Amino acid sequence: MTAPAFEPVIIGFTCNWCSYRAADLAGTARIEYPPNVRLIRVMCSGRVDPAFVLKALADGADGVLIAGCHPGECHYLEQNYKALRRHRLLLRTLAQLGIEAERVRLAWASAAEGARFAEEVRDMVALLRALGPLRWPARPIPAAHAQATTPTQAAVTEVTT
Amino acid sequence: MVQEKVGVYVCHCGSNIAGVVDVGDVARFAAEELKDRGVALARDYTFMCSVSGQDMIERDIRELGLTRVVVAACSPHLHEATFRGACARAGLNPYLSEMASIREHVAWVHRDPQAATAKAKAIVAGTVARVLRNEPLQAIEVPIDARTLVVGGGIAGIQAALEVAEAGYDVHLIEREPSLGGHMAQFDKTFPTLDCAACILTPKMAAAGAHPKIHLHTWSEVEKVEGQVGDYTVHVRRKPRYVDADVCTGCGICVEKCPVVVVDDTFEAGIGYRKAIYWPFAQAVPNLPVLDPATCTYFVGGKGGCRACEKFCPTVPNSIRFDQHEEPLTLRVGNIILATGFDLFDARRVAQYGYGRLANVFTSLELERMCSAAGPTGGKVVLRDGHTTPRSVGIVHCVGSRDRNYNRHCSAICCMQSLKTAHLIKERTGAEVYDFYIDMRSPGKEYDEFYQRVLDDGVHFIRGKVAEISDVPLDPGEEDGRLYVQVEDTLAGLRRRIPVDMVVLSAALEPRRDSAEVGRIFGIACSTRGWFIEKHAKLDPVATMTEGVFVAGCAQGPKDIPASVAQGAAAAARVLNHIRQGVLSLEPVRAGVLAERCSGCRLCNGLCPFNAIRFDAEHGVSEINAALCQGCGTCVAACPAGAIQGSGFSDAQLYAQIDGLLADLRRQPAEAT
Repeated sequence: MTAPAFEPVIIGFTCNWCSYRAADLAGTARIEYPPNVRLIRVMCSGRVDPAFVLKALADGADGVLIAGCHPGECHYLEQNYKALRRHRLLLRTLAQLGIEAERVRLAWASAAEGARFAEEVRDMVALLRALGPLRWPARPIPAAHAQATTPTQAAVTEVTT
Repeated sequence: MVQEKVGVYVCHCGSNIAGVVDVGDVARFAAEELKDRGVALARDYTFMCSVSGQDMIERDIRELGLTRVVVAACSPHLHEATFRGACARAGLNPYLSEMASIREHVAWVHRDPQAATAKAKAIVAGTVARVLRNEPLQAIEVPIDARTLVVGGGIAGIQAALEVAEAGYDVHLIEREPSLGGHMAQFDKTFPTLDCAACILTPKMAAAGAHPKIHLHTWSEVEKVEGQVGDYTVHVRRKPRYVDADVCTGCGICVEKCPVVVVDDTFEAGIGYRKAIYWPFAQAVPNLPVLDPATCTYFVGGKGGCRACEKFCPTVPNSIRFDQHEEPLTLRVGNIILATGFDLFDARRVAQYGYGRLANVFTSLELERMCSAAGPTGGKVVLRDGHTTPRSVGIVHCVGSRDRNYNRHCSAICCMQSLKTAHLIKERTGAEVYDFYIDMRSPGKEYDEFYQRVLDDGVHFIRGKVAEISDVPLDPGEEDGRLYVQVEDTLAGLRRRIPVDMVVLSAALEPRRDSAEVGRIFGIACSTRGWFIEKHAKLDPVATMTEGVFVAGCAQGPKDIPASVAQGAAAAARVLNHIRQGVLSLEPVRAGVLAERCSGCRLCNGLCPFNAIRFDAEHGVSEINAALCQGCGTCVAACPAGAIQGSGFSDAQLYAQIDGLLADLRRQPAEAT
């Protein structure tokens, strides 16, 4: 099999206490994953302003990974739930912009889960390779996405009701 | 505006980074392509964290007037403090430096040198963009309350408490059970010296119990913890003992007169008995009985009970207090040591070994109690019938350890414990002892010598994982009433069935069942299995990611008594270090409201779990209490007016970092096809 020509670029927001440490652990344990992700450390996934995500996508990233502590394990008690809420709302906005839900992923990884972090990255890279480059905001909104037929739309509708 | 001069330092880390990333190319990239973005110089060097590496940074700051520093090396969790220190020594505000992690996040996880080098460049570009937006900050200084909380009264917790108390500071020692002692109090002998566990533990327990600086709270559990290093408020739940600790003399008449006898499945591991009012064990500290409402006739049966303990209590006023209730207790402390220990693996889970089904299959803890002269059998090793001495005994290692069905970890102590058990059984019964092991692990001072000694005792060692323990005779010559250990002898290359009278299962050490919840209460992380995670596996084994919370003993991972004692003392040393400093510097990562920009929308008000945000109704603006703010930044992200500023992680820094990280895509827009 030949490798696909397109290599996506992902911006990863990782929290200081769990997911950044998971990425550190993946390194210490030499768990290989594709080099497509570039990490930014924030103190908490709750720090991630949805505007950061839009900025990253507008600047050329093909996807954004937001990784926090597992629900119930947040260093700041419950701020990862706020990240979860924002992510759900953000997906709704993205759908209206014609951006696939797979491009902005929320994941949990504890400081002990280097392997899990690597797996999330691998998985996301594979999905984005299949989706192709984003080229947003230049690209036209695909009709299919504008018409609320993506799985994201269904999921968001469920959440908001 | 001052022209910023950024110095970029790319570390080889020997071959750790340089083996994958072309560090020279990264430095050239920074010097040439990031020149217009403020990079004044870029160097690569073998070990940036070495003294000469740090000197290089200091010299450049002094001689070339660098105003910002970026070190592309390992994770900031490892060396951020190192390079901040170098900047500070050269007179640069330490918060004007940043680290770019190109080891953990690049060199160690990617193999393609070209892709890794490209990623390293992007990370450096992002970090340079970010550092230009850094503000000079001052560390937050917090005073340290000199009182310390130790949770867990096993050997690790006792040691930690004694060390802090001996240094002259108050310690609150909390124990969930009614007495100090932990698992060690249940043991008979300790390997490899065969010291009597009680003989070496009891003086420590007594010293902790009597120490004027140690405030003992047994039969108590921590419910909630608030605050931060230096100033924790701890809410404790004290369970009713139904005995007045201030009056009781510990004479024991109540225990003697109590007519209710029940199986003691805590201290005696289910092979002994206790009364409804009982001493946890003979040398209990504090020396007070405790009444078990689940079995006392006063509480069960609904007829008012026998009240024999109350009738015969000789103290005035009476020590028996049926009206005691749970009491809350609030403590203020500056540091916390968690020494909450382990749970023993439930050997019933390995059904093929028959524990709980086959009478003469015992756990290692049951055998400890049996060997103890103060135990239910008075130190005699006997079968479940209570009197027959076994003629042959099998000891099975790794029950629940090193087994993908239960726990993958090695419990660290079971080989030595099994050797000790083998020796004691041999000594007390003269039985033939068969020891079934996978690998013999005896790395410790005098440990392998002890193994040799047990070999010389004539114990039969069979290398192989036991498949099954059965009481059904199969082969000719096998008789009823014995146990048959089915095993593959991997050294002889034989399938063997060994008949024995008794089997001892060396059960695994597991994390406490509630360790995840305890971790949450204290704000520290557990591994996926449930052991508390230390700050650094090698270099910081007793600190946690939460400043002011330390771990010691088996709560951090399986370990033997010497290691638990050493860790307890180490944790105490770290606490004393905090106390002696008096004031601790914390990361100045905090949120603050710019009142002139705040519209008073109150969107942020409900977001803070620490109640740091208050609404000032008079001025119509929200304000943040810096003492309560923990710096998560959730409110910063939420503010629609950009009125909340997050120091250290400001919007400007993060936008710049995103911009820098993706700058290469703008340089080569045609690359994506």
